[in-house]
Amino acid sequence: MAILHIVNKSPYERNNLASCLRLAKAGAGVILIEDGVVAAADGGKFSGMIKDAMKDLKISVLGPDLDARGISRDKVIEGIDVVDYGGFVDLVAEYDCPQSWL
Amino acid sequence: MKFTVQVNEGPYQHQAADTAQQFVRAALEKGHEIYRVFFYHDGVNNGTRLTVPPQDDRHLQKGWTELAEKHGIDLVICIAAAQRRGIMDPDEAKRQGLDADNIAPGFRISGLGQLIEGGIQSDRTIVFGD
Repeated sequence: MAILHIVNKSPYERNNLASCLRLAKAGAGVILIEDGVVAAADGGKFSGMIKDAMKDLKISVLGPDLDARGISRDKVIEGIDVVDYGGFVDLVAEYDCPQSWL
Repeated sequence: MKFTVQVNEGPYQHQAADTAQQFVRAALEKGHEIYRVFFYHDGVNNGTRLTVPPQDDRHLQKGWTELAEKHGIDLVICIAAAQRRGIMDPDEAKRQGLDADNIAPGFRISGLGQLIEGGIQSDRTIVFGD
């Protein structure tokens, strides 16, 4: 069963993302939303962790939440898929089960 | 596909109530069905009709009510969470001996069983919270 992990907190604020990436199984998806999108910016403290995780996991980020935080698309780590709300819905439908890391 | 959405956060608290509403709109646009939205914990505060945000701000409660009216979405407020936070429908206000109710149109108060039933009836259950 492939899970879509939903992370909505900045890794600089809480450890949800680290826990999620540690426990997610290969083939799972991760979508960064709300304050979670700051983890998608390249050159940050957590970029390495994300890049490592991308070997096994498909990582997406919610575009409107990037825009709201002034993170331009060219700053996003290469290979992370930028989606809109419709794309978010598609991901929830595509994976067997969504799991929010609250 | 059928979705049940759980909202654990109040309006204007952080972003979860906004995200949940945007998600519901996008799912409907994609032709999915929203079987139920269940408001739990501080999420019950989405369902008071006495909300008056500034005119240039988004009106989350109205947004939910409009979604219920337009798409027949079942908006359910958890009764135990509602009682703690003063969200009352006319029956509940009467039962508690209170002089007013404040539930918004389109919302109803019920129990946690509605969340479980939503999960059983839907293909996906997604939680938004803080």
